[in-house]
Amino acid sequence: MMRDDAGAAAAAVEVLSAEKTYPDGTRALQPVDLRIEEGEFVTLLGPSGCGKSTLLKMIAGLLAPSDGRVLRWRQPASLTESSAHRLAFVFQAPTLMPWASVQANVRLPLDLAGVARAEADARVVDALALVGLARFADRLPRALSGGMQMRVSIARGLVTQPQLLLMDEPFGALDEITRHKLDADLLALWAAKKLTVVFVTHSIHEAVFLSTRVVMMAARPGRVVETFHIDEPYPRSADFMVSPQFSRYARQLQDSLLRASSDTTEAGA
Amino acid sequence: MAGPAALPLLRRPRVQRIVYPGLVAIVLIAVWQGLVTGLALPPYLVPSPWLMLKTLITDWAPLGAALLVTLEITVLAFVAATVIGVLISFLFVQSRLIETALFPYAVLLQVTPIVAVAPLIIIWVKDPTASMVICAALVALFPIISNTTLGLRSIDPDLQSYFRMNRATRWQTLVRLRIPSALPYFFGGLRISSGLALIGAVVAEFVAGTGGTGAGLAYQILQAGFRLNIPRMFAALLLISLTGVALFAAMAWLTTRALGAWHASESSHE
Repeated sequence: MMRDDAGAAAAAVEVLSAEKTYPDGTRALQPVDLRIEEGEFVTLLGPSGCGKSTLLKMIAGLLAPSDGRVLRWRQPASLTESSAHRLAFVFQAPTLMPWASVQANVRLPLDLAGVARAEADARVVDALALVGLARFADRLPRALSGGMQMRVSIARGLVTQPQLLLMDEPFGALDEITRHKLDADLLALWAAKKLTVVFVTHSIHEAVFLSTRVVMMAARPGRVVETFHIDEPYPRSADFMVSPQFSRYARQLQDSLLRASSDTTEAGA
Repeated sequence: MAGPAALPLLRRPRVQRIVYPGLVAIVLIAVWQGLVTGLALPPYLVPSPWLMLKTLITDWAPLGAALLVTLEITVLAFVAATVIGVLISFLFVQSRLIETALFPYAVLLQVTPIVAVAPLIIIWVKDPTASMVICAALVALFPIISNTTLGLRSIDPDLQSYFRMNRATRWQTLVRLRIPSALPYFFGGLRISSGLALIGAVVAEFVAGTGGTGAGLAYQILQAGFRLNIPRMFAALLLISLTGVALFAAMAWLTTRALGAWHASESSHE
């Protein structure tokens, strides 16, 4: 512990040789070692079946590794362990309660935790303002567009004032224009709230645009292939997306992905 | 007469839903009346709709009383089936073991024809009303159990994970997630069961065959049949059908009231 205080920032997440094999023998994820520092924006990038969602769920404590350990702020990641460091999970689908208003959906984690009504209401107002949905508090989810529903989901994540935000392909189902807008908004929130974000995506461009670090994964068997640092200052604008550096990063990731897939083909042959 | 902004009257779904079946009814009744008059069918074989209506009014005293009896049995059985069915569903979702152990018996209850069981129940239970309520409730029970159980289990798995991640208690998950998710299924079960309760009540009355003051519509049909009072038989039948339609409509209304705002099956045809 002393060692950390001296130099580097504290690790928000430590994945120590964690792997996932299902009882039927399916190997979802080969042993992974990954250390995520506080304040990082790490993207898990890879094709479907590479175990990126599995890894994210292990970090969330939703899945237990079949071997190895996953720590969050040095505590084992589990659902029962209560920790001073809060975490929020945003699913691929908005995952809202269709019978409850936007406001009630965002207040859900506070209600479950027994936060007093007045304080909860105030925090819901703040969270909705952060994602630009203050005017839609009383609507039902089905009255909103897909992108707006995703914003509600993010507001529900932010309302607990988490330190760690885990996102499982949150914008995968949205159109590209909406996705760019939400990506930019997410970066602004990340910077303003000093969050640590672990973000799962299968889009190379999204990964390059968002991340401080990209963890490249490959499928069959699911594994981590390489890690790339995206050394580009924030705030990142739309200009970054058309810059030569951006193309270079994207190219690197693309090549790495191709190499990883060709390995698999040879192994399978 | 409708303003230019509104749809023409006959194009409005709401109006269509009343007008079109209404037209069919008028045609059918006209054909019926025409056949009876044209072929000079005697009323002890097929009464004309007009005669049926007249009988309904002249014989209202016994028929109305019988309607009340049948209604009472139906409603009591329906309420009992709903309460018991929901309780059993809650029991089932508490553990797979309980469901696995007991579900075959719920099916057994459903597939055994009530006509075959009713005589036993009527022998065992002294009070005729109670025995008939039990018969009807048995018929109406299964859809409530199966639909509500299915509903309580039909939770968005991600939403369930979300509740787990937020350390929701069993009670919180039940009240905030399981019950709201189950409501559309539950109301679907209610709709089926309301009709079944009526069928059960009529079958039980047939089997029980009780006369006197506690005689329901089925008994009226039986008696009218014995006396070849076919117009009264038709009038009683009409009352049973109308009761079924009214029950169904009441359930549909209740469903819309309870779910209208959010559930897709209710709001897609607004």
